[in-house]
Amino acid sequence: MEPLAKRAERGHHSPLSMDALIDLLRHNPLMPREDLARLLGLTVDEVNARVAELERDGVILGYQTVINRDKWNPDTVTAVIEVKITPERDGGFDRIASRISKFDEVQSCYLMSGGYDLLVLVEAENLRQVATFVAEKLSTIEAVVSTATRFRLKTYKENGAFHHFDTAPERLSVSP
Amino acid sequence: MSIPIADHVREIPKSGIRDFFEIVQSMADVISLGIGEPDFVTPWHIREAAIYSLEKGRTGYTSNLGLPRLRRAISDTVQKATGVRYDPNGEILVSVGVSEAIDIALRAILNPGDEVLYHEPCYVSYNPSVALAFGVARAIPTNAEDHFALRAEALEAAIGPRTKAVMLNFPTNPTGATLDRSQIEALAEVCIRHDLTVLTDEIYSELTYDAREHFSIVSLPGMKERTIYLHGLSKAYAMTGFRIGYACGPNEVIEAMMKIHQYSILCASIMSQDAAIEALERGEPAMLRMRREYELRRNYIVSSLNEMGLECFMPRGAFYVFPKITSTGLTSQEFSMNLLREKRVAVVPGTAFGKSGEGHVRCSYATGLDQIKIAMERIREFCEEARRQRTRSAA
Repeated sequence: MEPLAKRAERGHHSPLSMDALIDLLRHNPLMPREDLARLLGLTVDEVNARVAELERDGVILGYQTVINRDKWNPDTVTAVIEVKITPERDGGFDRIASRISKFDEVQSCYLMSGGYDLLVLVEAENLRQVATFVAEKLSTIEAVVSTATRFRLKTYKENGAFHHFDTAPERLSVSP
Repeated sequence: MSIPIADHVREIPKSGIRDFFEIVQSMADVISLGIGEPDFVTPWHIREAAIYSLEKGRTGYTSNLGLPRLRRAISDTVQKATGVRYDPNGEILVSVGVSEAIDIALRAILNPGDEVLYHEPCYVSYNPSVALAFGVARAIPTNAEDHFALRAEALEAAIGPRTKAVMLNFPTNPTGATLDRSQIEALAEVCIRHDLTVLTDEIYSELTYDAREHFSIVSLPGMKERTIYLHGLSKAYAMTGFRIGYACGPNEVIEAMMKIHQYSILCASIMSQDAAIEALERGEPAMLRMRREYELRRNYIVSSLNEMGLECFMPRGAFYVFPKITSTGLTSQEFSMNLLREKRVAVVPGTAFGKSGEGHVRCSYATGLDQIKIAMERIREFCEEARRQRTRSAA
């Protein structure tokens, strides 16, 4: 079966409803399927089928919850680590990147343009754990040339969600 | 001793919306579907442009016609939307919202006693604006069976010896009505044959759904020279408070409007104009995101209302639905008042938009989905209770 995204391009599904479905799920994966159906002008069965297809095709990899870090485990440490590596003749950056990504501490790992190669987001219980990870795991990988570690001090916005909200502006309750 | 009020002003009735607003204001915990403006805050990059404008000390007057760069941006935007090119130097005027543009357009073209036709239900200001310009406003009723479209035959039948102009507003506030190209062509043909001036208020034109393109009457041959094209940034860019509208039209009309504008208003606020430039030049992605959100909510609200027996067609534009409420046995006014009192949901009685709005209420979906969901639940309960009561009193 050809991937869903391709079929959407060819007009099998209206591109609006596919884009809209994905955005709605990104914003709130817990939205009742009944509501999704009403919003998109589809039946619940159709919505279920589309979500199942998106999951099967790997378009949707998972669903996550955005936690306010000030309110839950505020001592958790987040570090971003800039990593320079020597690419390999066969695997390029991919093999090293995948090796680094497999550590539990690593939340995200990106190949970057510019002054370094990989940006690694690490989460740990305390500073020492991060230090140990960098010193004993990351730096000891042969292809790793250098690392630069920076710690998160405060979060303002994460995955599109704000941590410090403005109060909602007032509108007239009835207007023409 | 009191100061006497001018006759033509005294004769204008108070807006029905205003009374209603006062009552809603006095109540707590009301969910309002009565709001005629976007619930989105102006996209940040546009607000940021206004802040930057202030920071740079741009706090003075502008050219009466508006900042040249804004007029160029408007010219490009209108050309992209309609295919019609307006000269930024002489065919475009930046106004304080579309409301001002409507006012000065009418004052610029009407002699006392000239008649102006408009389709009804319609925006609340059309009739009074004509009266304030010493014109005679005549409503052409439209109905739910036609999805509140204005039919060319109805227009033609309403034309009299003193009819000078017709005002169009598609997509329509309060009905969400839109016209197909063929319907617009038929209207244009009547306007040309009877030599009418057309004022077309296209403030909701970007908010057109179902992947359809809005079509403007000004795009048709022979129409540019007889049309005053009115638009603004309030709805599509969620910029109601910035008060930026504009008029495009033949040079002699814009010049005449400019005379009134320069003596009464002088110019629109400069930081709002700066923000409008940002919106027109770079605001499309944010606008499209808001449009999609409206479209999703529209689907939600229309299916909910129809399920509870409040018939409404699927509107293709603006952010209003105009369901028929006669199955409850109530008038528009009763429905709205009782719903407000018993269920604390505000909708606007259809009659606020003209007599032909009787039997309908306007629900705005420029409100967050969570609020819409609760409102739909409460309206459902309200309708069930109203129908039960009706059956009981009939028995």
